[in-house]
Amino acid sequence: MSLRYEPVIGLEIHAQLLTESKIFCGCSTAFGADPNTHICPVCIGLPGALPVLNRRAVDHAIRAALALGCTIQETSIFARKNYFYPDLPKGYQISQYERPLAVDGFFDGVGIIRVHLEEDAGKSLHEGFVDSDRKTYVDYNRSGVPLVEIVTRPDLRSASAAADFFSRLRETLVWLDVNDGNMEEGSLRCDANVSVRPEGTVPLGTKAEVKNLNSFRFLQKALEHEIARQIEVLGEGGRVVQETRLWDAVAGRTVSMRSKEEAHDYRYFPEPDLPPLVVDAARVAAIRAEMPELPDARRRRFVEQYAVPEYDAGQLTQSRALADYFEATIAAGAAAKPASNWIMGELARKLKEIDARTTPSPLPPERLAGLIALIEKGTISGSIAKDVFEKMFATGRAAGDIVAAEGLTQISDESQIVGLIADVLAKNGDAVAQYRAGKTATFGFLVGQVMKAAAGKANPKRVNELLREALGA
Amino acid sequence: MDSPQVVADIREAVRSRARSATDVCRDALARVAALNPALNAFNTVVTDRAIARAEAIDRDPDRWRDAPLAGVPVAIKDNLCTRGVRTTASSRMLEHYSPPYDATTVARLESAGAIVIGKTNCDEFAMGSSNENSAFGPVRNPWALDRIPGGTSGGSAAAVAARIIPLALGSDTGGSIRQPSAMCGVVGLKPTYGRVSRYGLIAHASSLDQVGPIATRVRDAAVALGVIAGGDGADATTASEAVPDYGSALTGNVRGTRIGVPRRLLEQGVDPDVARAFFAALDVLASRGATLTDVELPHARYAIPVYYLVSTAEASSNLARYDGVRYGFRAKGSREDGPARAARADGDEASLQAMYGRTRACGFGPEVKRRIMLGTYVLSAGYYDAYYLKAQQVRTLILRDYEQAFDCERGVDAIAMPTSPVPAFKIGERVDDPLQMYLADVFTVSANLTGLPAISVPCGFSAGTLPIGLQLTGRRFDEPSLLRLADAYERDTEWWKQQPPIA
Repeated sequence: MSLRYEPVIGLEIHAQLLTESKIFCGCSTAFGADPNTHICPVCIGLPGALPVLNRRAVDHAIRAALALGCTIQETSIFARKNYFYPDLPKGYQISQYERPLAVDGFFDGVGIIRVHLEEDAGKSLHEGFVDSDRKTYVDYNRSGVPLVEIVTRPDLRSASAAADFFSRLRETLVWLDVNDGNMEEGSLRCDANVSVRPEGTVPLGTKAEVKNLNSFRFLQKALEHEIARQIEVLGEGGRVVQETRLWDAVAGRTVSMRSKEEAHDYRYFPEPDLPPLVVDAARVAAIRAEMPELPDARRRRFVEQYAVPEYDAGQLTQSRALADYFEATIAAGAAAKPASNWIMGELARKLKEIDARTTPSPLPPERLAGLIALIEKGTISGSIAKDVFEKMFATGRAAGDIVAAEGLTQISDESQIVGLIADVLAKNGDAVAQYRAGKTATFGFLVGQVMKAAAGKANPKRVNELLREALGA
Repeated sequence: MDSPQVVADIREAVRSRARSATDVCRDALARVAALNPALNAFNTVVTDRAIARAEAIDRDPDRWRDAPLAGVPVAIKDNLCTRGVRTTASSRMLEHYSPPYDATTVARLESAGAIVIGKTNCDEFAMGSSNENSAFGPVRNPWALDRIPGGTSGGSAAAVAARIIPLALGSDTGGSIRQPSAMCGVVGLKPTYGRVSRYGLIAHASSLDQVGPIATRVRDAAVALGVIAGGDGADATTASEAVPDYGSALTGNVRGTRIGVPRRLLEQGVDPDVARAFFAALDVLASRGATLTDVELPHARYAIPVYYLVSTAEASSNLARYDGVRYGFRAKGSREDGPARAARADGDEASLQAMYGRTRACGFGPEVKRRIMLGTYVLSAGYYDAYYLKAQQVRTLILRDYEQAFDCERGVDAIAMPTSPVPAFKIGERVDDPLQMYLADVFTVSANLTGLPAISVPCGFSAGTLPIGLQLTGRRFDEPSLLRLADAYERDTEWWKQQPPIA
């Protein structure tokens, strides 16, 4: 009979840090510029050029490391990782090796071994040129963009758990404004170390490193495939080879890239061009003090503080901007649940329509709070409110102004409503007769007629009550 | 051609308009034209740019009135980047390479009014001790044309010695300023590591490299150091310490200054003429009131192996960028001569590797390749601890020896040694014996391993014709004491006034 196997997975995540300039020079980090327009002697490795560390990249990395529960090391050391590749202009990557910036974290149930700073490489362009069959071009705009590498412990036990973890990690990095979360543009990338072992055993199996997992779907599919492949190899009495494998998204499988024997000897040694990076406790404390509340904590607080349902809390913390918007709406006087309903409903719909996600919302939270207040006070009805919302969103005017200018105030004079009801009953004798004959469904029709006569401005609740009285009389 | 001058004279002549900067510049260019065919000290002469700059100074004398080097023609070692001017590091790899920016030291010299007239020959990527490792042929010693000028800043030292220019920049990784200065009979100063920016210096070994001046006399070296020294936002290893007024250190008063002599280190391998000149020089300083005292540097004998492990390790990495992809030499003979085809998923790794291999095999000379291989080896998995790490540990011990000598009770202010154990040897004499060649650096490498400043001043001649240098090593950032001692010595001797026959 066949053994049951347990997968063991650890992730290595590379996240570009959202700095204006590169990690060792002043060049822009903007994505999408014409090739080789954001380059200088430093980031293309001209003879004699030297790196100078960008402080802001360090701050971002510290922020990420703190969010992952890591300890920031007071002294960390840059090291050179030596290998040849055309997109690596100096023939080495400046990274951190023996003394990384941060160690020993714990995030979303997974241990974090280390978080370190390094520079990104350029990009080889194998396609898209008339002579691409013969040549490869290199774009160095990305060369020197700051990265953090985050290495987890092998604490993940399934492909879906790995994908979920990566998703939570992405959410947090984006939440911190440390990374833009854009996997398509490669600003967030993931490699995975995968092994399998017979269920219930402790020793780790031989691992393969799977690269090129540039989406959550690829990560999960690649891991599923790789786990199945390793189990099959073992099931056939074979041995898993320690190697680097590449996810081929088109073929839907991992393929061998290089074996352990072919693995690079990176000849790491301390980078002599950069002094040790010293981060004192005061700097860490200052950054910690300015850290925003993380998504998980905020979700819990929303439930406790505002008594919104868990579902709402989850939706409202999809991004920091959205959560801020929610709280600003409340601060402007709105009750929590109506605020939540409007934000998750109409606002989300409109923002999606204009493809603005949440930042910046063209509708300030004070305006939304104003609208909600008008409903609560009974000044306008819910259906009128939707129209007002549309107009507010389009023009930015206050709800009160729109209501006043367009005469949308709910009819509050009961005698006026009673008059309208009398008219409706007089004109709809048949319906009244049917109602009195026990066909109660006709009641809704009559309410509709009254509302129509009131041009929607009557309070529907009150119309109900008064109509029932009139019919009962 | 005018007679050779020192920096202060030229500057004064230009300032008083006794001579125009253009005139001074043309003279220097004429001397290059006359002497370089014999010396091969220059890889590139920058006639037009030099004259244009000199004319600019002449047009606007007010602006340059207080510039410390106004109108002074200088030469720059060819491993310092000069914007728009070919910078080769004497390598075939960079034979046609023209940088888009100036090294910080070059920019500072030019803002002080100096006129760059050319780029000087050196050992390829500043690796060597004789200037024979140049893709453009050896430099010849102005004192004896069949001999080496020392290395690696041989072209700069020879050009100053031949009185083509009064001042040149060199770089010193293991003695590359001091040793050729000694062998050519001029003054060479390696500043404290971090005192002078390395930005724009083509790296040999980053933790050892330092740019410094070569001049005919100490006073000029002091002026030049004042110009190039100081922190640089483009070099994270520069120190922020204020730059003192080096000129004011030259008081001539060395009474009570304590000079340490590591006698045991000098017992073996030192040429008798060198030893005689060295001890005579100490007597001169003693007669001025300096105190001589013995010091022990127990780990100094490991300096050469430590140096050749650390420097080659760093060099193997620093020189990885010369891969034929972006700039510089790329070997022909691949399937095409256009941009390299990178490794592709469909497999073209082999052609890329072949391009790298051929480019580096043809672009680098034998000594550079030897050091890349050595350095790659000492950093390799399984050897790192035994070689690189061990070397770094011993490096620390060597530094402690020096600190002990300087900082102990009754510690010394400077440590004296001959700059080179031997005078200039004949071209070709040691090329087949790299170990023998490496030993020429025995007294100079420690200053680089420790980061301490060191100066070489002319202190006599061997057999009447070959210059000998006295080296003084000082405390971190204590260039003033070194300059004061060297200047005091210079005041009592005539060596620096000697000119080679060719000049």
